[in-house]
Amino acid sequence: MLILTCPCCGVTAEETEFHQGGEAHLTRHGPGASEEEFHTYLFAKENPKGVHFERWRHNNGCGKWFHAARDTVTLEVYGTYSAQTLEPPQVIRDAITAKRPGWRWREFA
Amino acid sequence: MSTRLATGGRRLDRGRAQEFTFNGKRMQGHPGDTLASALLANGQMLMGRSFKYHRPRGVVASGAEEPNALVGLGEGTRFEPNQRATTTELFDGLVAVSQNHWPSLETDIGAVNTHFARFLPAGFYYKMFIHPRPFWKHVYEPFIRQSAGLGKAPNPGDPDRYEHFYYFCDVLVVGGGVAGLQSALAAAEAGAKVMLIEQTAHWGGRAPVDGGEVDGHPVEDWIDATIAKLQDMPNVTLRTRCMGAGVYDHGYALGYERVADHTPGSDAPRHRLWRIRAGQIVTATGAIERPLSFAGNDIPGVMLASAVRDYAVDYGVSIGDRTVVVTNNDDAYRTAITLKKLGLEIPAILDARQQGGGALAEEARALGIRIENGKGIAKVKGGKHVTGVAICAQAGEGAALEEIACEAVAMSGGWSPVVHLWSHCGGKLIWDEAQAHFRPDPENPPRGAQGEGFVLPAGSANGAGDLAGVLNDAHAAGQAAAKATGAKPKGKAPQGSASPEAPMQPVWLMPQGAGYKLRLKAWLDYQNDVKVSDVQLAAREGYESVEHAKRYTTLGMATDQGKLSNINGLAILSDALGQPIPQTGTTTFRPPYTPISLSSIAGEATKANFQPIRKTPMQGWHEANGADFEPVGQWRRPYCFPKGEEGRHEAVNREITQTRDSLGVLDASTLGKIIVKGPDAGRFMDMLYTNMMSTLKPGRCRYGLMCNENGFLMDDGVVARLDEDTFLCHTTTGGAESIHGHMEEWLQTEWWDWKVYTANVTEQYAQVGVAGPNSRKVIEKLTDDDISADALAFMGWTGITVAGIPARVFRISFAGELSFELSVPASHGRALWDALMEAGSEYGVMPYGTEAMHVMRAEKGFIMIGDETDGTVIPQDLNMQWAISKKKEDYLGKRAQERSHMADPNRWKLVGLETLDGSALPDGAYATAEGHNANGQRNVQGRVTSTYHSPTLGRGIAMGLVLHGPNRMGEVLEFPTVDGGIIKAKIVDQVFYDKDGEKQNG
Amino acid sequence: MAEPVTALNGARFEGIATIEDAGPTGMITLRGDLASKEVKAAVKKAVGLDIPGQRAALGGKETAALWMSPDELLLMCPYDKVAETIATLDAALEGQHFLAVNVSDARSFLRISGGGAREVLAKLCPVDLSPDAFAPGMFRRTRMAQVPAAFWLDEGGTFHLVCFRSVGEYAFNLLKTAALSGGEVGVYG
Repeated sequence: MLILTCPCCGVTAEETEFHQGGEAHLTRHGPGASEEEFHTYLFAKENPKGVHFERWRHNNGCGKWFHAARDTVTLEVYGTYSAQTLEPPQVIRDAITAKRPGWRWREFA
Repeated sequence: MSTRLATGGRRLDRGRAQEFTFNGKRMQGHPGDTLASALLANGQMLMGRSFKYHRPRGVVASGAEEPNALVGLGEGTRFEPNQRATTTELFDGLVAVSQNHWPSLETDIGAVNTHFARFLPAGFYYKMFIHPRPFWKHVYEPFIRQSAGLGKAPNPGDPDRYEHFYYFCDVLVVGGGVAGLQSALAAAEAGAKVMLIEQTAHWGGRAPVDGGEVDGHPVEDWIDATIAKLQDMPNVTLRTRCMGAGVYDHGYALGYERVADHTPGSDAPRHRLWRIRAGQIVTATGAIERPLSFAGNDIPGVMLASAVRDYAVDYGVSIGDRTVVVTNNDDAYRTAITLKKLGLEIPAILDARQQGGGALAEEARALGIRIENGKGIAKVKGGKHVTGVAICAQAGEGAALEEIACEAVAMSGGWSPVVHLWSHCGGKLIWDEAQAHFRPDPENPPRGAQGEGFVLPAGSANGAGDLAGVLNDAHAAGQAAAKATGAKPKGKAPQGSASPEAPMQPVWLMPQGAGYKLRLKAWLDYQNDVKVSDVQLAAREGYESVEHAKRYTTLGMATDQGKLSNINGLAILSDALGQPIPQTGTTTFRPPYTPISLSSIAGEATKANFQPIRKTPMQGWHEANGADFEPVGQWRRPYCFPKGEEGRHEAVNREITQTRDSLGVLDASTLGKIIVKGPDAGRFMDMLYTNMMSTLKPGRCRYGLMCNENGFLMDDGVVARLDEDTFLCHTTTGGAESIHGHMEEWLQTEWWDWKVYTANVTEQYAQVGVAGPNSRKVIEKLTDDDISADALAFMGWTGITVAGIPARVFRISFAGELSFELSVPASHGRALWDALMEAGSEYGVMPYGTEAMHVMRAEKGFIMIGDETDGTVIPQDLNMQWAISKKKEDYLGKRAQERSHMADPNRWKLVGLETLDGSALPDGAYATAEGHNANGQRNVQGRVTSTYHSPTLGRGIAMGLVLHGPNRMGEVLEFPTVDGGIIKAKIVDQVFYDKDGEKQNG
Repeated sequence: MAEPVTALNGARFEGIATIEDAGPTGMITLRGDLASKEVKAAVKKAVGLDIPGQRAALGGKETAALWMSPDELLLMCPYDKVAETIATLDAALEGQHFLAVNVSDARSFLRISGGGAREVLAKLCPVDLSPDAFAPGMFRRTRMAQVPAAFWLDEGGTFHLVCFRSVGEYAFNLLKTAALSGGEVGVYG
């Protein structure tokens, strides 16, 4: 059972305090979007073996959403950060490349 | 026969006796006994029957690895099957029964299976019961079910209490032998917060039995001193009777504490499951001795050499007057020496090694014990107990050189580190050629949240040998664990005595050339009756993967999970496949280490605490007035309020009729209520709902629909605008939390720059629906405020004082009558309800339940989320275009509703359905169409979404989704019923009652 | 108006800890910019307390300020002072983007006191409740068995716990079961 640190309230807690909410950093497409764009937005989710970005909610806690950079194979957590951002911040990217040399944002394995 | 020795037994309190029964026979033991040692002390060697062949079996081991001595413990509601006698502490009044036999342990009909053993090889069931196919269901399966199952399930009701405990520490040390003690001490002295758990009731493990010295003192004294030291340290928690059951991700571990198994009936919880989060985990879990595979190695009296020694030293029990020791290593000599010194006979030590043993062998020889190097056992003589052994050359095929009479055989095939906890979360193993065992690979530990290794093996669990080696290894592990958690290790390991041993020699089959007949009697897995011959057969039949061979033969699949059998089994498999053991590998180690009670996993979640039951402020009234409840999410809502002998149906009809005729009240407190406030609240509401909500005027209400991004309906409800900045959203009962979460998700992850705050105030208010022609009158009796049609029009709300309580009154209607919803602080909900019941008595006020509510809304043609919708329905399917704003550029679900499949004119649409014979359609029934589909099923053209008997109309009414439904008014559809009949129903308008809304507008 | 009735209606249990209904209590959810001087002033004016730090509880005379999340406080005051307190907040925050809403009736409020209080909570919540990890003045929102709950510890060693009103009875029963005599764990010295 994972432990995560909520960047909103600072608590490090076990998984049962949290709720996983799917892939992070999706771009919303609404009216006017092409079929392809909309399909991609709704259904074409990344499913990497390795580094992944997810949304989590501290639902049995402060109630806030945040993002987690996590490894789907080793379950290592590279870091958690604010949900109010369009891309992972540099500090998170650095933490990942320190452990996974050669990894680059948006290049899913 | 086994017996109690006149002296000895370091764990016993010989001054006191404890009474217990086994299969109804009264027996005596002492405090400190396990059930196994007490049974042996009473001469009870035979303790059970094996699973497949019902072979007579006695105890083999002295600890958690025991495969044979499984018993049913306790009586009545406290009965529990499959308990290991070796880990059951004796207490006064203990009741045990043996299992898997009929009619008795001594005389068992099922034992006839053993004579057919050669016809029941591995895979027998798979091969035998596949043809002819129909036989499986009617002949084979009932027969197998009859004979399957080990032990009996207990009868209902567990009178005991169980609990969880969340605990956090820097270093968790599993295992309270010398290694665990030293690791804990090293970590604690470094300043780490340490928890040390031990599965038995005793500290020190088997070191006191094996002897040796630490820093010049007997090891037993060192154990006592170390425990005393640890007990005095404020940063150390010690727990006996607490097994490390499993190791999981990110330093999570489960400890299974048997708090009160040995004191049944005490007020303590029986088991406590420790949910431990540790920075580092040290597995000082020791090692388990392996049996040797020779013919007859399962006959009662054949035991692990270490167990024979344990029973003698710890419990003062002798297995027999004459014990033959058979071994491939030096350690078993300790058993011979111990027994000899106790005055028992060792007719021979059979050492499979041609070159024999080292210093211990010398010591044994000096005691006058006969030692035969290069020899082994050809077969054991005896049935229900050992009478002798035939000895042979290990290098040969089993020709008997000599027969030796004896009552016991102490065997040792070497030691396997207990690597279970290391392996649970991904720790890898390496094969140690010299010791012929798997041990933890230090390069590949389980990894935690930061990618760090978080498990460290210590002592013999890490393959360490003598006391000196164990203490050094454990000290290093304890210090390393502490250091990894930020503590500062100091100090040196104590000096344990060294006892160099001659190299062991792997012996996987005895003798190495044993023929088929011998292999057929050489057991690997005692509990599941898997023999050397079975594993060899599996290999011949192509089961090359150890995981496949395991499942084909059932090797290691019994309740002991192969603690004794796995290494021997995979060695046999490797040999049969002609490959080295590491290439075969092990099967997967999964938690728990030994079985733990289901109740401990449930913890507090039983009986009243099984799950949260949410209650409204009026629940007490409902309970006192005979409500028939139904679950709605975690709420229990009154389905109806039957009176006297009334059934559900009559009660519902009465409630509806009285509401429509006069006055009904509904506890609507469970409806979700969410405040949405801020300068951007209107804009946000327009995104959430398909309707235009931003134009709603303060003081007014609007019914709205909510869709997800897929376009599908997810919730509905009435929105009230409280003021320019503030909306109050009502959601469905089940939707309150999820819709609040949905709102926060969009605000926090997409529109975080919008100035909107939400708050879930669902439980702040008790809400009562007051419906019927007399609803205004009854409220007017309780308020001085003006709620006339002019002051409070349909779909308006206002603040009033009712029965002295500040309230919001919403003029909305789900029943289709003149109706109001009153909302008051929950702490006054019951007072409001009581006031309404009293004031309404002159109108014959009647509480109504959810079913009456459903029927009345269906009579009005109102949809219900979860009935008309199922996660695949869009508002357009329900002809609710009127609720979808065309002016808005965007709302959640808008783009999805433009997708081709959503805009397809052939999507089924909502209509009313009226049966021709007046009956009610079955719920969920399908309307058939011409022809069949590709699967040969009838084509369908619609389905029922809601169906009820309407007491108002005196007939069945329904709604359904039908192909081109709204264009087919008057057409008759056919709905097949489960019993083969057909009900015909006409497509009609979905509003059955008061089509013009005159009543609700009144 | 009749007296307010809590979900637990004064329930009390004594075991290895004492579990009791804390009775009707005024509670206000305040959402806003906790760093702003306006909110700081409004809270001071309304309940006489500062803005609590992250995951902290501040207690005053009959009042408390609890840190719920980066933009939310739970303010406590006497039950009959809620309207007044909200009016004070509304007035002080006029023109600001904020939300102050009465949740007094939406919650059950319990006290857990006595020697076993820490252990009782540690049986139900995945939180380190050892004295060196959980000190007076700390506030924690978490899971209690199957429901969300929040609690803080005062200087006198009493825990104050808030959960939703509808599960008040469930919460009380959980705590009571955990506090049954014989259930002492004995790990917090």
